[in-house]
Amino acid sequence: MMTELNYNPKELMVVNAARLLRDHDVVFVGVGIPNLACNLAMRTHAPNLQMIYEAGVIGAHPSRLPLSIGDPSLVTGSLSVCSMYDIFTLYLQRGNVDVGFLGGAQIDQFGNINATVIGDYAHPKVRLPGSGGSMEIAAWANRCYIITPHQKRRFPARVDFHTSIGFLSGGDDRARTGVRGGGPQAVVTDLGILKPDSNGELALAALHPNVTFEEVQENTGWMLKQMRDCRVTEPPDPEELRILREDLDPQRIHI
Amino acid sequence: MSGWKMISGMTHTMTKLTSLSNAIQTHVHAGDLLYASGFTHLIPFAAGHEIIRQGIKDLVLARATPDLIYDQMVAAGCARKVIFSYMGNPGVGSLRRIRAEIEAGRLEWEEYSHFSMISRLQAGASGLPFMPMKQTGATDLAEQNPGYQRVTDPYSGEEVVVVPPLQPDVVIVHVQRADVQGNAHVWGILGEQRLAAFASQRVILTAEEIVDEAIIRSDPNRTLIPGMVVDAVCEVPFCAHPSYTQGYHDRDNDFYLAWDEISKTEESTRAYLQEWVFDVPDREAYWQKLGPEVHTRLHVEPQLSEPVNYGDY
Repeated sequence: MMTELNYNPKELMVVNAARLLRDHDVVFVGVGIPNLACNLAMRTHAPNLQMIYEAGVIGAHPSRLPLSIGDPSLVTGSLSVCSMYDIFTLYLQRGNVDVGFLGGAQIDQFGNINATVIGDYAHPKVRLPGSGGSMEIAAWANRCYIITPHQKRRFPARVDFHTSIGFLSGGDDRARTGVRGGGPQAVVTDLGILKPDSNGELALAALHPNVTFEEVQENTGWMLKQMRDCRVTEPPDPEELRILREDLDPQRIHI
Repeated sequence: MSGWKMISGMTHTMTKLTSLSNAIQTHVHAGDLLYASGFTHLIPFAAGHEIIRQGIKDLVLARATPDLIYDQMVAAGCARKVIFSYMGNPGVGSLRRIRAEIEAGRLEWEEYSHFSMISRLQAGASGLPFMPMKQTGATDLAEQNPGYQRVTDPYSGEEVVVVPPLQPDVVIVHVQRADVQGNAHVWGILGEQRLAAFASQRVILTAEEIVDEAIIRSDPNRTLIPGMVVDAVCEVPFCAHPSYTQGYHDRDNDFYLAWDEISKTEESTRAYLQEWVFDVPDREAYWQKLGPEVHTRLHVEPQLSEPVNYGDY
């Protein structure tokens, strides 16, 4: 019997991203979906999650859903506040961050991200916001997770611009750059989860309930490989949905 | 009482207190490299609006996040170039006016990542010729921006990325409280405030409150910006709206969302600037114009920290 779809694609992404986090992880949190995922994980299987924000806040326990990465509610009641230089050096560059969340307009076959420009850099067709902290997070966090809706235009074979790196052209390309972090470990979409294979190529590792491989392939800009142990994700459970809807985002700003 | 005690309190020699319009007129000139600091927090919108009113042109506007303040200044024709690391409306989307000017080829830009932008200020503030950072492997930006270079670490023989110092002509910093000489207490998100102030040739400091030097001296660990680097001090309550000042008023998230609509066309942007910048003499009038509903929405209840004991030596 088919399970009834009683959750939306964003809830599905938040829940699956939350499940990737481990208790005691130090997470560099972004706003929006990553923020919801971290707060959900903290309220379920990872009560000792340490949330740090690029604005320079460590151990935030926000009392409300922040719109921006510099919301005042992140500061009140946090463990520590430091300058931006400190957060990027003492925490990220030094290797004290376990997990970074990333997003972007384009993610390619090898997990590279473009958040800078569509078209030519000097004469941009579409000028996007640019790196922010993502260039460093992608390079230096121990593990990175990317959360994005699954659409063909977002998943080209090659990005127009490397704002932040995954595995470049695969193989030992990433290792040869000398960056310290492990790179993207999973891409969570509304259709499933992609993970890098041994060559650094993103392959289908899981399908969400009621999604077919063909559907994912149609929305991906390269010939997608399916991992041998490709599974179906557990649907969001009632408690995860209750926390999301009642506690974290009651106004439904992000979900 | 020992003679030592009498020295404190005798250091009030001068005041740098002036009006914001006078400070802008004196210290911000056409062609300057300006850094209006504050990462989401403490963004000195009142100073940006005053620069627009005074019609100062050809500025190079540097900020990690240009935010709405530079979107407005670019729309008003104040800038010839922007230097940035994240050109978005935080949590909302794009900065439409800057983006449109760049896509139309009418505005120069120079781009970094957050950490390299902040490292430039660190170099500028420390009097160093460059700052090193670890490789990120993302070389596309370095190919477009010659500010990124590589040098060999003389100790390990490995290559490191280096960025040059940023030393603005003028920096504007908003703080919670300062004395008349510009010794300033800052708390909440600290961003690049301190580095920007030390990196700059000239510093305009705006404060929610001007307080007695004794209050600053009561908590010296909180003095992130010393008066010695400050040129002008202005008392400007609510300077940061629609950004915020921790403990004084909330961030106006509704306005950040509304700006996404306002800035959709040049016409609607111009109409906003006319009504809220050109037709308003100063920040006090702007704040009153926002009205009691907005004041109530942005009101924040106090939550005090535990006092610390410095000891009576």
